[in-house]
Amino acid sequence: MTTLFAPPPARISTRETPPADGPPEATQHEPDAMPEAQTPKKPTRRRATAESMAKKQRDISVSEFFAKNRHLLGFDNPRKAMLTTVKEAVDNALDACEEAGILADLFIGIEELAETRFRLTVRDNGPGIVRKQIDNIFGKLLYGSKFHRLKMSRGQQGIGISAAGMYGLMTTGKPVLIISKTGKRKPAHEVLLKIDTRKNRPVIVAEAEHPEDDQLFAEGHGTQIVIEFEGRYNKGRQSVDEYLEQTAIANPHTRIIYDPPVGDRVEFPRAVDELPPETKEIKPHPKGIELGTLITMLERTRATKLGGFLKDDFCRVGPRVAAEITKKAGLTPQSFVSRVGHVEAEKLYKAIQDTRIMAPPTDCLAPIGTKTLLAGLLKEVKAEFYAASSRSPTVYRGNPFLIEVGIAYGGDLPADKSAKVMRFANRVPLLYQQSGCAAFKSVVETAWRGYGLTQPRGALPVAPLVVVIHMASVWVPFTSESKEAVADYDEIRKEMRLALQECGRKLATYVRRRQRMKREGERRAAFERYIGEIAKACHDITGTDPAALYEALQKTATRRTAETDQLLDEEGKVISNGNGRLDHDDSVVIRDDLASPINGTDSGDGRDETLFGETRRAVWKKTKKKVRKKVKKKVTKKLRQNR
Amino acid sequence: MAKQATRKKTGKRTTKRTVARAAAAAPRSAASKKRDERTVGKITEMTEGIVRAGLAHRDPFLDIPTRASSNVKYNKSRKILEMGSAKQRRNLFNLGQSKKFMQMLLVASGCKELCEQGKTLSLRGMYYRKLHTIPGTKEKTFAGQDDSDAVLEDLEVTADALREELHVFAKKRGTMVGNITVVDNGDEIDCRHMGSGGYAIPSIVEPETIRFKKCEAEFVLHVEKDTVWSRFNEDRFWETHNCILTEGSGQPTRGVRRLLHRLNKELGLPIYCLLDCDPWGHYIYSVIKQGSISLAFESKRMAVPDAKFLGIQACDHDRCGLTDDVQIELSQRDVVRAKQIAAYPWFQDKKRWQKEIKQMLRNGFKMEVEALISKDISYVTEVYVPERLAAHDWLD
Repeated sequence: MTTLFAPPPARISTRETPPADGPPEATQHEPDAMPEAQTPKKPTRRRATAESMAKKQRDISVSEFFAKNRHLLGFDNPRKAMLTTVKEAVDNALDACEEAGILADLFIGIEELAETRFRLTVRDNGPGIVRKQIDNIFGKLLYGSKFHRLKMSRGQQGIGISAAGMYGLMTTGKPVLIISKTGKRKPAHEVLLKIDTRKNRPVIVAEAEHPEDDQLFAEGHGTQIVIEFEGRYNKGRQSVDEYLEQTAIANPHTRIIYDPPVGDRVEFPRAVDELPPETKEIKPHPKGIELGTLITMLERTRATKLGGFLKDDFCRVGPRVAAEITKKAGLTPQSFVSRVGHVEAEKLYKAIQDTRIMAPPTDCLAPIGTKTLLAGLLKEVKAEFYAASSRSPTVYRGNPFLIEVGIAYGGDLPADKSAKVMRFANRVPLLYQQSGCAAFKSVVETAWRGYGLTQPRGALPVAPLVVVIHMASVWVPFTSESKEAVADYDEIRKEMRLALQECGRKLATYVRRRQRMKREGERRAAFERYIGEIAKACHDITGTDPAALYEALQKTATRRTAETDQLLDEEGKVISNGNGRLDHDDSVVIRDDLASPINGTDSGDGRDETLFGETRRAVWKKTKKKVRKKVKKKVTKKLRQNR
Repeated sequence: MAKQATRKKTGKRTTKRTVARAAAAAPRSAASKKRDERTVGKITEMTEGIVRAGLAHRDPFLDIPTRASSNVKYNKSRKILEMGSAKQRRNLFNLGQSKKFMQMLLVASGCKELCEQGKTLSLRGMYYRKLHTIPGTKEKTFAGQDDSDAVLEDLEVTADALREELHVFAKKRGTMVGNITVVDNGDEIDCRHMGSGGYAIPSIVEPETIRFKKCEAEFVLHVEKDTVWSRFNEDRFWETHNCILTEGSGQPTRGVRRLLHRLNKELGLPIYCLLDCDPWGHYIYSVIKQGSISLAFESKRMAVPDAKFLGIQACDHDRCGLTDDVQIELSQRDVVRAKQIAAYPWFQDKKRWQKEIKQMLRNGFKMEVEALISKDISYVTEVYVPERLAAHDWLD
């Protein structure tokens, strides 16, 4: 064991080797060790003694650990590091703005300094940071306001931005520059700092107050961070561009200006002027904690009596529930917390599981909302059909969560490729580890075939489709620290499935309508194809004016196909105009201008659209208006006869 | 007795024969012109209905008499199949029918053109005449000749004009030889001197085209196939028995059937058929006698209700002492078809036919006419047919 002393990376503290780690390592190295053991010569001198080893055993700081294991935070490779750095800075900026109730206005600039070296500038119009806190927020890992509370926010642990700074420092040796201004009359602080990796402590390199920095913040407050780091800039999938695009979809209240390393400035405009509702902080729900957490909470609580502890440190626990729990555990609400040992804690934990407790409050969640989600999709995705659905909050492991789904279909989206899934957790786009994510799995397991799309077995549907899945929760269960995929809880998967199905049904209505219209178009095209021949043949036989006959037949054909199309809705019974029931649905937007024109000329590819004087679509629209009134009565009668 | 009866008929019809000749002798162009005018009138009338509907913004349609077994009735007194009154409406504005609708008008215009120019075209010729790509598309007016053939039959029933009247003919099939002289398009043809090939029966055998000049034959023997016919011709059967020998290469074409009908009706000759002993042979007989289901509208000018079925009969295997080698096992399809035929109303009340089919099914095998050749090369011409004729042993 001693010779095999593993380097500390896998452990946060080496003083206490987790027992689980011992055996596997031993077995792993046994084959090498065996031959030595089998030839016992004279006893060799021990290589190290307990005392000599004790000298080497020491604390390792979080920063040291993550510096060695930066892949855990999403700095695996230059490409991903680029994205992670931008992501952490943007998430922090958006969180700050939202908490302060400010409509975020972000500037993101990336300059290419050398082939693999970039300088990132992120500026927000947030509340700013007081001088005292700047050091710790940017120079210390696991420092923040978000870890110790249960509230819906983008950041959770307080690792992100300081880790990004640390990564920059490690790869380029350059410190991080922070400029922050908290108010119009307050000075703008400019701090150049780096993190002392060994001690997980900020080191100020330089600081100043430059009056010219005030120009950076038009509104009088905000923060700017500049990090130099090593990375690689790519376009396309999993790029910074994609991340910002998706951020704009999930945060339509944000205006983002983006200067990419190559190419022109991109602006993601603000689509809604409403801030997402402020979220409340909640206490943990009794059912959502584990035994270890319970013991820790018991040790830390300010309450002296057990009843008080349950009531004050948890949500949804009143005197009655507290009494019930303590009774089941063989204790009373008056029992002293200090007297609760391990055995009692375990009983208490079991009692909690057996007690019926109301689900946690859901005002801690701020959904994007169907309207806002639609606004975001409309802004960034060029499609013809949009639908969104929002589920009501539910609970997994005592944590409230809420699923929202938006879909965009048709238009400019590629029809022959797999659908695109955009995953969001608390409004943050997730770009990596798609296949391991509950959101992706739920899209795959939804039977899109029933909604009129083609779907290969066990894969995404192949259709011009974008699916947006948003999970809002006080604690999003990520599969890793780099926050790339949502863990696969049954409750979450179920909610996602239901939300997808709701959107799917709306989509199916639309798709079927389109298919029917296409069929109608095909019918018309077929008629039109033959009408010319018929007019000519009739002319040959009877000498009728072919043009007059052609025109008359053409009109009848248009009417015939328009009739059936206009007057039946998707269920074939209601007389409707336009898009039927979907017209009255708030969660659906249809852009007719982007809808592919209905021309079912399968065999007539080279067909001249203006063969009949005006384009088919124009004819279509015209008939719609004119004929609707006239034909309405007639056709209802006809329909009744037909049935 | 039957033979006597037919003799009587022959005598009765001789007057009619001269009448027919006289009619044919009159200036042909005038008669056919009049007929063509009538045909053009029918086509125009049909088309005008469509034009009127079209201009009035109504749905144009064509009512086509149904050509299916459901719309065929057996006329017991006339002993022929007749088409019922059921009609199928073909709409322009029906996706499944619009193309056929267009094709019908195309063919109609083609037929009108032919009538006006006094020319005729084959079915394939008509297909090519009207085949083109629809402007602005990659679609052709016809997918194949089958399309235009079917549409032409529809046109025949709809416009109530026969194929001959529409100036369209089919590929010729069938051969004739015997004691008869015909005038075909002005050329005199003596069917006694046709060599080994015989006179090919044309598709159009209307009096305007073919005139019977002189006939000494007393009956017509129709055989199923070319091969058997050659046997009879080589043995000069028609000479020794004073008859006409025809052949239809399987299911006889309209031309062959029309000729048999004319020989029977105009010259009063009885028709005897020598066909295979299998459901297909039986059905050929049925078509000659009563008319076919799909062309039921032409039965009255094609069917020969007193045609007789000479053989091969199911009992002939034992009667003629044939070997087992000539038996061909009945397939599942044969059995089904045989039962179908037995159930046709025009077979149903004929006890001998019911017995015959039952016997064949009991035998479990079918026989071709050629089976008789296994006994002797000329057995069929020298023994079998003369014996049957002498014994009046035939199925009616």
